[in-house]
Order: sequence, then C-alpha cells, then structure tokens
Amino acid sequence: MDKKKKRLFIRGAILLVLAAAIIFALTSKKETKVLAVGDKAPNFELQDMNGKKVKLSDYEGQGVFLNFWGTWCPPCKKEMPYIEKHSKEFTNKGVQVLSVNIGESEFKVNTFIDQYGLTFPVLIDKNKSVSRNSYNVVPLPTTMLIDKNGVIKQIVTREMSEAEIVSLMESIQPE
Amino acid sequence: MSKIKCQCGHENPFGTVLCEKCGRPLTDEAQKSEMVDMRYEGSARRSQTYKKSVIDKIWNFFSSVKIGVSIIIAVLATSAIGTIFPQKFYVPVSGNDPSEYLEYYERLYGTVGKLYYQLGFYDMYNSWWFKVLIGMLGTSIIIASLDRVIPLYKSLTKQRTKRHPSFMKRQRIYGASNVSDPDESFNNAEKALKDLHYKVKVEDGAILAEKNRFGRWGPYVNHTGLIIFLLGVLMRGIPGFYVDETMWIREGETREIPGAPGYLLENVDFSVETYSKGEADEVFGEAIDNNGAIVSEFKSDVKLYKEKEGSLPGSSDVEFMKEYPIIVNKPLKFDGYSIFQMDYKTGELKTMTFSLMNKKTEQSVGEFTIDLNEPAKDYDLGNGTSIELMEYYADYDGIVDGQPSSKSPIPNNPAFIFNMKTPEHPDGEKSFVAIRQTLEVEPNDYEAKFLSAETRDASGLTIRKDKTLYILLLGGIVFMIGVIQGSYWQHRRIWIQKGSGSEMLIAAHTNKNWYTLKKDLDKVKEVATLPTYTDKQDKEAVIDTTEGETK
Amino acid sequence: MDYAALSANLLLVSFIAYLVGTLFFGGAVKVSKTEKTYKDSMWGKIGIVVTIIGFVAQLGYFITRWIAAGHAPVSNMFEFTTAFSMMLVGSFILIFFIYKTPSLGLFALPIAIVIIAYASMFPREITPLIPALKSYWLTVHVITAALGESILAISAVAGLIYLAKNVDLTKKSKERFWLEAVMFTVVLVLGFVVSSTAFSLSGYEADFTYVDKNGKASEMTYNMPPLFGMSEYEQVTTDTMKPWFEMPAIVNAKTLTTFVWSLFTGIILYILIRLIFRRPIAALLQPFAKKANSQLMDEIGYRSVLIGFPVFTLGALIFAMIWAHEAWSRFWGWDPKEVWALITWLFYAAFLHLRLSQGWEGKKSAWLAVAGFVIIMFNLVAVNLIIAGLHSYA
Repeated sequence: MDKKKKRLFIRGAILLVLAAAIIFALTSKKETKVLAVGDKAPNFELQDMNGKKVKLSDYEGQGVFLNFWGTWCPPCKKEMPYIEKHSKEFTNKGVQVLSVNIGESEFKVNTFIDQYGLTFPVLIDKNKSVSRNSYNVVPLPTTMLIDKNGVIKQIVTREMSEAEIVSLMESIQPE
Repeated sequence: MSKIKCQCGHENPFGTVLCEKCGRPLTDEAQKSEMVDMRYEGSARRSQTYKKSVIDKIWNFFSSVKIGVSIIIAVLATSAIGTIFPQKFYVPVSGNDPSEYLEYYERLYGTVGKLYYQLGFYDMYNSWWFKVLIGMLGTSIIIASLDRVIPLYKSLTKQRTKRHPSFMKRQRIYGASNVSDPDESFNNAEKALKDLHYKVKVEDGAILAEKNRFGRWGPYVNHTGLIIFLLGVLMRGIPGFYVDETMWIREGETREIPGAPGYLLENVDFSVETYSKGEADEVFGEAIDNNGAIVSEFKSDVKLYKEKEGSLPGSSDVEFMKEYPIIVNKPLKFDGYSIFQMDYKTGELKTMTFSLMNKKTEQSVGEFTIDLNEPAKDYDLGNGTSIELMEYYADYDGIVDGQPSSKSPIPNNPAFIFNMKTPEHPDGEKSFVAIRQTLEVEPNDYEAKFLSAETRDASGLTIRKDKTLYILLLGGIVFMIGVIQGSYWQHRRIWIQKGSGSEMLIAAHTNKNWYTLKKDLDKVKEVATLPTYTDKQDKEAVIDTTEGETK
Repeated sequence: MDYAALSANLLLVSFIAYLVGTLFFGGAVKVSKTEKTYKDSMWGKIGIVVTIIGFVAQLGYFITRWIAAGHAPVSNMFEFTTAFSMMLVGSFILIFFIYKTPSLGLFALPIAIVIIAYASMFPREITPLIPALKSYWLTVHVITAALGESILAISAVAGLIYLAKNVDLTKKSKERFWLEAVMFTVVLVLGFVVSSTAFSLSGYEADFTYVDKNGKASEMTYNMPPLFGMSEYEQVTTDTMKPWFEMPAIVNAKTLTTFVWSLFTGIILYILIRLIFRRPIAALLQPFAKKANSQLMDEIGYRSVLIGFPVFTLGALIFAMIWAHEAWSRFWGWDPKEVWALITWLFYAAFLHLRLSQGWEGKKSAWLAVAGFVIIMFNLVAVNLIIAGLHSYA
C-alpha cells in the first residue's frame, strides 16, 4: 500500500498549497505599510528656519517629541502653546521637541513662530517626503513619541491636552 | 485496487473504459453501447478510482468538470451582480466612513441600494467570498487538469495501431464492407493519407493515420496559462510588489512621489488643449457644434529627481534624472514605476497683483505682486513707499475665535493684512484685504487695490509599480498559445483494417471538426476503394443521400 | 475628395446589398430540393456575390471614414456597432466558403441589417478622440474584440437555425416560447429603429431642464415625445407634450422614454406580422431552416465558438488589459464593460466545458450559443446605455 500513501501525500500537499494560496489572498493587503508603535523611526534631514540641517539621528540617546502640523489647522494652534510651555523643562530632562510643518511657505511658518513664540526647532517639509512617504502622516496634528533608542513608543493623531503632553513627554524621558 | 486485464493481455488501471492498447470496450455499459465515449480515450480518470479518505473526497470534488462549470457560473453571476450599481471605488465618497457609503447607496438607489450595501455587494470584487470563488476556480483548474492530462497522455502513447474490431465498430464514423482488392485499397489508402499529411503507422494489416495530436494538449496548456495569471494576481499581495498611489501636484511644485521614496517630481508646466474648429478641418465641426469643446490632450511637463545615494529623506541633496511630458496613454516610466496622467484642475490662484492707490487723487503710487505660495514679507515700491505683509490667509474662512482663519493651505480665497508705509505715514496704515472686501480700523489715505491674478494648474497623477506584470503577461501568452493550439488544431485519427476475407473496416475519430475529417475521408476514398462509412450522429445525412439518389 | 460623404454612401450601398443578398439566399433555400442543389444553387452563388459586394462596400465605408477621421472608426456607438456588423458579414462569408450553407446567409444577413439600422440611430458625425482614446491600442483592441464577438455571433446564427428547425412548433413548450421571444427581441430592435426614424424625420424636439443625481442643474433634449420626465424637470419647449411621469434622479427618463416608444412600436409591428401571416415568426422561418443539416449547424455553431473564443480573449481581455494599463494605469479596474467582457468569456468557457465533458450538443448547445449572443448584445447595448462606466463614450 506504499503507492496509496504516496498518492495521498501528493494530493494532500497540493491541496494544502492551494488552501494556503487562498488564505494568503484573503489576508494580504495591498495598502502601503504604515508606521506602527514599536517600529524604528525613519531618519530624515530637514532644514530649520535658519537654514540649519537637522537630522533625527542628531538626537540619538534622547527622547524625541515629533509633531507634524500646519498653520491652518485649528487643533494644531490649540496644542502648540502647551508644547512650547513644556518643551524647555523637558529639554533638560533629555526630551527634544521637533516640529515639522507640512510644506507651507516660510512666511506663514515665521509668522506662526512669532505669534506663538516657539523656541524649539521648526522644520518645513517642502517636498512632503518625510510626512507622506516616511511617516505616512494623514490627519493633522500627528505626534510621534520616539524613545532614546529611536523606537516609536506612541502615535497620537489628534489634539492633545496640556496634561497629556506632559505625560507623553515623561513617557519618553531617558532614565 | 485491482487492475483490469484485457483480452489482448494489456493490464489497464481500474476505471478504464476502453483498453489503452487495443481499444476493446471493458465495461458492460461500453460493450452494450453502439457508440463509445471517446473523451479522454476511455482512460481511467484518477478521481474516479479512489474514494476513501477526506483528501480523496476533496480531490474528487474539485476534479469534477461539473463542479468546475458550476464555479464558473457562480463567478459569472457574482460578477454580474457587481455591475448593477457602481462599486465602492467608483463612488464619490471621500474617506472610509461606512455610514457615508450607506447613505450614498440609500439616497440614490433606495431600499434596494441599502440592501446592496448591506449584503456587501457594493465591494463585490474585494469580498472574501469572491476571492474564495476565484481560489476554488484555480483549484478546480489545477486538479481537474492533472487528473485528466496524465491518463490521456498514457493512453495516447500506448495506443496500438491495430485496434480490436469491437472498438472500430463503436466509433462515430464507421464502415465495413467487402472490397474487390483489399491489398490495393490498403496501399492506396496509406499513400493517400500520407499525402494528406497524416502520420501513418502500419501494423499487421492495419493503418492508424493520425494528425495534430498536439492539439489535445491545448486545454492543459491554456489552463497552465490561467494558473500563472492567477499566481501573478496573488503575488501582488506580497509587500513591495505592488504600489498604487495618487498625487496632486501644482505647477512649480516639487514633491516626493508617494509610494516611491527617494524620487521627486517637479511639475514644470501643465497644459490642456482642445480641438478647435479651425485646425480640425470641417471633419469634426459637426461634433464640436453638438458637444461643445472637446479636450484633445492634457499634459504635465515634469522633471524627475532622485535623492543621492545615502542621503536622508527630506534632504535637498538630489540629482536630476530626466525630463518628460506625461500625457494620457504615455506614462513616465522609471525604475519599475510608472506615473500616469489621470486628472487635472485648472485655475488655482498663483499670484495676485495689487496697486497702491491714493484714495484722494485716485492715483497709483506703485504695484506689487504677491506669490501666494511663497509670499515675501516686504514689497518696496520706491520713493519711500513700501508694503509690509503682516498676515496672509490662503483660504480665508471668516473670523474664528476672534482671529481671521484659513481653512486650508490652498489659496482658494486669499486674504491679507497689509501695512502700507508711505511718506505721509512712515509707520504705515493697516488694512485687511480679501476678495471683494477691504476692512480698515480707521479710514486710511491709501488702499491696496486688486489689479490682476495669475493662476496655475494642478495635475492629478497616479503612481504604479507592479512587479507581477510580466508574470501576468506570461500567463496571458501561455493561455493564448494553449487556446489556439486546442481550438485551431484538431486531433484526427483514421483506422483502416483488413478484416476476414475481402472485408475492410474503416473508422475515424476527431475531438472536433467532424466535417473536415469526413472531407479527408472522402479524399482518401477517391483514390482507394473503401467501405462507405456512416456518421452515426448525423441522422439527416441518410435522408439526404437517398433523396440525392432518387433524383 | 470628401471622404466623409463617400463613406456614408458606401455604407448605404452595403446596406442595400445585404438586403438583396438575403433575398437571393432565401431563393436558394426555397428552390433547392436536395442537399446538392441546395449547396450549388445559382441563387446561392448570386447571393454570396452580392454579399461580397456589400462587404467590400462596407469595408470601403470603414476605410474612407478612417481616412476622414484620422483614427480607426471604432470610437463611438455608431462606429463600433457598424464595424461589428461588417465583421459579422465577414465571418459569415468565411464560414460560407467552408460549409456552403445558404441558410446561414438567410439568417446572418438580416441580423447584420438590423444591427446596421440600430447603429444608424446613434449620432453619426465624426468625433475627435478624447485623450484616453488616443492610442494605437484603440485600433488593435477594439477591432480584435469586435472580430471575436462577430465570429461568436455566427455561432448564435447557426444555433438559431438549428432551433428553428428542430424545435417542435406545433406544440406548446418552453422552447417554443423562448424561440419566439428571441424573434420578438429582433422585432423590438426594429421598433426602436422605426420609432427613432419616424420622430427624427418629423424633427421632434422637446427641451427640459432637470436636476441630476448629483444635485446639479442640467439640460436635456428629447427627440421623442417625453413619456417620462427627468427628476424635477421643467419644460423649456412649451408646445410639446407634458411628461406622464416624473422619474427619480437615478433613472435616465430619456432612455426610458426611448425604450417605451420602441417597445410600443415593436409590439405593434409584432401584432401586425402575426395578423398578416397568422403564425408565430418562428413558424414563418421554420421552412427556411428545414433545408439546413442539423448536424452541420451544430458543427458550425461549435466551430465558430472555437474560432471566435481565442480571438475574443485576445482582443477583449488581453489587449484590453495591456491598453488599460497604459491609459488608466491599471490593467483591470472592474469597470462594468470590463466585467461584462469577463462574463462573456466565462460564459463561452462554460459552453466549451459543457460541450466537451457533459456532452451538451444539439439543442442545448444551440440555446447556449443564442444566450452567448444575448450577453454580447447586452454588453454592447445595455452596459453602454444604462450602466455607464469608463467605456461610455457613445
């Protein structure tokens, strides 16, 4: 009955492969990969308002509070003063605020910085390469909390309250 | 399972209807019938042999052509249902909010539309059951083909030239009678068949003339093509094999290409052309009169850049790759990506030009132009006159929370706060200027008066990468080869045998196109005296010949 | 030279030639008593010569229109449908030379005539190409697809002859009903042609404003008395009739009006035919089908599917996918026209499997062939006019 076993094995194998193919078809998604908590934050290089190049990797060993925003976005305007308020004290604790404006004019961003008195680095993502391809930012504001090892700890895609901002900054504070 | 031993001595697998070698009918049914079923040469389809374990049962299920056809009909029916109302991806609903889709279908198509949505028919082709159906179709194609091609191959290679008379007699085309000189007829027939490009085998007073056997493999070749195609479709699910993104890019903008990290696209110029009556002769005149302007072409002149090796996203360290005019039907192609011209929007504001007027004298003291996408802060008009741009709202939306606000970064409704510095007012006069609206805190001596605007166009592009395209194309080509092989070449066989005494037997079979087979036989009969044959399936032919004879 | 005018005249010539050809094939069937006289009758020979003259004239129409327009004349409903009828006649001529069957001509030519008449009801002016159609794939894809469909249609013609001959029309049966239903559908198309022509000759026009399904204000001109009004319509032309009903926004009331007028005219035509001949149409045709050999018709039906299926696959699916990839960035997008091409393909695949392994020959096969033609026509007519998608250029 050796032949019979062989036949059973071949048939079983073929059916298994086909079943696996169907399951793959059902589960695979064609959507582009979106960054998730636990992923390594992709490095980037953008210019700040003084033309200085800023890299994410410049802040290795520190926590990074990475905020994507626009001047026209009302919740961005609301949370910005609180971020500014706490950014200074946390800089000393090893948490750096980086804010990335999505492709607006220098005039708008400068006016905004003056209006809110921002002191942390503000970067403009002119080509939308960092926000769209690397970080896949859809709603504004989006904030990524990156720990000292460059790993994304949390992604917030809405307006944050003052208390939230403080606790989020604390969460990525290096020991 | 026991083998079936034929009288000729050949051992056939269980389930065989006609002996693989001599063609003797082996089953009771075949022995009783006047005409045997020649599909798969009466060989034992494997599925019919074992029916024991679960695996065998599943196997047999998919091996059945009846099941295969049922699956085809099911795919056909579900596909048809999917065209009743527009599918999800053609519905102008933004975002992914299910309730908006429900609202859309209900509003336009009423209760039926609601049901269509609830049953999931609105996204038919992405539904799990549709995918399962396609998967079952693929499974059926593979198993049913495997189960048939192997026994068919065996029985066609094992077939003997001399078949048993009982086999001949049961063919659809058969004739037997005495002829005057069997040997001469036999030799003439052999020659005639060779002249007709048959492969002729002679053995012990029997001829087997065969033609186009390879046509029999057509169905299996085309099924292989289909499987390759389905495999290609499946592979699009592998990350990195497939990219499908869209982008809007305005004239003058440079953007990183979504889905293609490291590549940047600059929209140098966008243009739309329409057919004008003059240049399109009188030919299109009537059509243009009836339909209005018809767009002839829209085009994005773009420059493609690539980030330099080792540079980071966002850095301006890029190198120029190429310049290309993208039009419909002529995508820009690079490194496996294609960028297609899909859509456009015209007339977005680009710059606005104002004139600074002295209200009293109604004289202009100078003009200034604001780039709405990269506005400068100061505009010097000379003679101690300048304008300071204090605030700019691209898409002015009224006062929100006590402040003027913009609802988007796109200059749909620009508004400005100017500080107009003139020799009379070195500290400046402030003025809020929006379209058709000017607000002043106190009456000013000067005003910024809108003169003109320039617009720019935005180009809608789609970015694709599909590594499976060549696999799909290969599948298509293999399918075409197989389907042509199976449809345009028919496997014909003619058996001629000397019987006892001066009797001769003639039989013929083809898998399709009996008409030409009979024509071939008639040609052979012109040179060789052979028995008159009958086509057992053509009942009317008999009537026709008798009618012909009575004439 | 004015190619456009020449082109229109050539089409008229072919139309008349097909009419004359039909009469000769009818004669061939009528006078022949035996298989031999049927195949070699003088009537049949004249019939095929006239048909070839008609075909050459129609080919002339095609070529001159091509020259005039600067692109293959397959870019709108009129052009495509006319090309389809031309290829149908071409396929018939090809099959005629293989099988020498006047009966096939007697049935195929009238179908071609009806199709040309149907095509002529659509706007006939030469339209310039929109950007999406500017590609040599337009020529390659559309012509191959139309050719495939026309060869497949021959199978339906053979099937129809088989059925007309073999369905027992003396007794009430489902088969008799459906065969008559097929005949009625043809009369319905004639109804459309007659009513459209009558109203267009009378120069009828009624203008309306209405609100479309996206809530936008639009305008529409009816060329037939408006039985149904568009959603929230308002009459612009005042001396014309007031629509009987107002339709919801998703229904194109103009199409519905045309349909109802065609149905109305078709029914009257049908009743007239029944009153004059006092027999069902299928019974009228039966004597003409009787001369055809059933086995041969079955064979032609099968053979034309075998010849047409690969051509259809190449044109309507493979070339279509290649072009769709170039023009719309995706080779397949589940556009209704695409889906119906797939449905047609699946249907004929089922046909072949049923015939090969379930032994569906004779009547079953003939019914399937007729059903296949119905699907092809559905894709041509209904999908274009009712289920609008990317392909609705007409």
